[in-house]
Amino acid sequence: MHDLIIVGAGPAGITAAVYAARKRLQVLVISKDIGGQAAWSGDIENYTGYQFITGPDLTAKFVEHMRQYNIALKENEAVTGIKKIQDVITITTDKGSYECRSLIIASGKRTRDLNVPGEKEYKNRGLTYCATCDGPLFAGKDVAVIGGGNSALDAALQLVNIASKVYIINNVSSLAGDAIMREKLETNPKVTVLNNSQIKAVLGEKFVKSIRVLTPEDEKEFLVQGVFVEIGLIPNSEFAAGLDKNKTGEIKVDSRNETSIPGIFASGDVTDVPEKQIIIAAGEGSKAALNVFRYLSQHKF
Amino acid sequence: MAKTVKVYSTPTCPWCIRVKQFLSENNISFENYDVGADQAKAEEMIQKSGQMGVPVVDIDGTVIVGFDKEKIKATLGL
Repeated sequence: MHDLIIVGAGPAGITAAVYAARKRLQVLVISKDIGGQAAWSGDIENYTGYQFITGPDLTAKFVEHMRQYNIALKENEAVTGIKKIQDVITITTDKGSYECRSLIIASGKRTRDLNVPGEKEYKNRGLTYCATCDGPLFAGKDVAVIGGGNSALDAALQLVNIASKVYIINNVSSLAGDAIMREKLETNPKVTVLNNSQIKAVLGEKFVKSIRVLTPEDEKEFLVQGVFVEIGLIPNSEFAAGLDKNKTGEIKVDSRNETSIPGIFASGDVTDVPEKQIIIAAGEGSKAALNVFRYLSQHKF
Repeated sequence: MAKTVKVYSTPTCPWCIRVKQFLSENNISFENYDVGADQAKAEEMIQKSGQMGVPVVDIDGTVIVGFDKEKIKATLGL
């Protein structure tokens, strides 16, 4: 029986683990990956203490810090369910099951899929979720960005310097991102914005050749070699059945990071805490761990 | 004998940075190709791996897509 299990090893999970270990709690971390979204971030310029650090470097620092303590870690393991019966919380994963007295869910968010035909077949064959990573491979090609928020506009702004033509497929009536980004794109001759338009399919042979888009007039085919999916993030909270969540699936927590079930805490991007930032996730992780410590002391299991 | 290691990457991709870090930490020397700048190497990477995602690591002809640490270790015999 573990004192504490932490699900997730991004900034929230790792910070929670460090705080818990310093309170001498016997802790197990279960995670699919290390670093979470932070590992995918490019340049980070707002994590106090580092005027500039890359996502991979900051992640390496987090991991190094965690390794200073005796923290058990199960990597490449996905949690599939949780349940609490009396004072025992059981975590089931794709590889086994574990019991604990308290739990911190810090499983973060993931990019939202398009859910259209061709998405899976053409992933990494022209369709990508990371403009920062794969953008440079589309030099001189025609591409489409799917989405209209800040991440979509950011991707489009990176791509206008690389690609020869950039379509922005936006499913509402106007782009939603920051005005300064919108203006830069709307005045760029390489950019075509299609509002009130929905992608219906990704087509090609070995690689992407076109997309089918439902525009307000009719369904059209656009010849593009690249499709950049930037339609936001969804919380990794499906396994946490039985907990109160908001309408976007984020787990509801109180100011002590406790969920609707006593003994089950949550922190970071998977929760309904306002603002999603690396430093906020880390702070929330520490807060959750300290409140777990308080909870365990009060209950004297 | 040392294996020939080639990394196809872009300068901005976090996993490319990590794969190069990992190789350096293990004292593996490698040739890095920036497929964003070098169109011929980009074509070569797409030919070899059948896909367009970076990073791609080629270890004596064994092609590994992404930062698959376990596979890279096994192929290098680390």
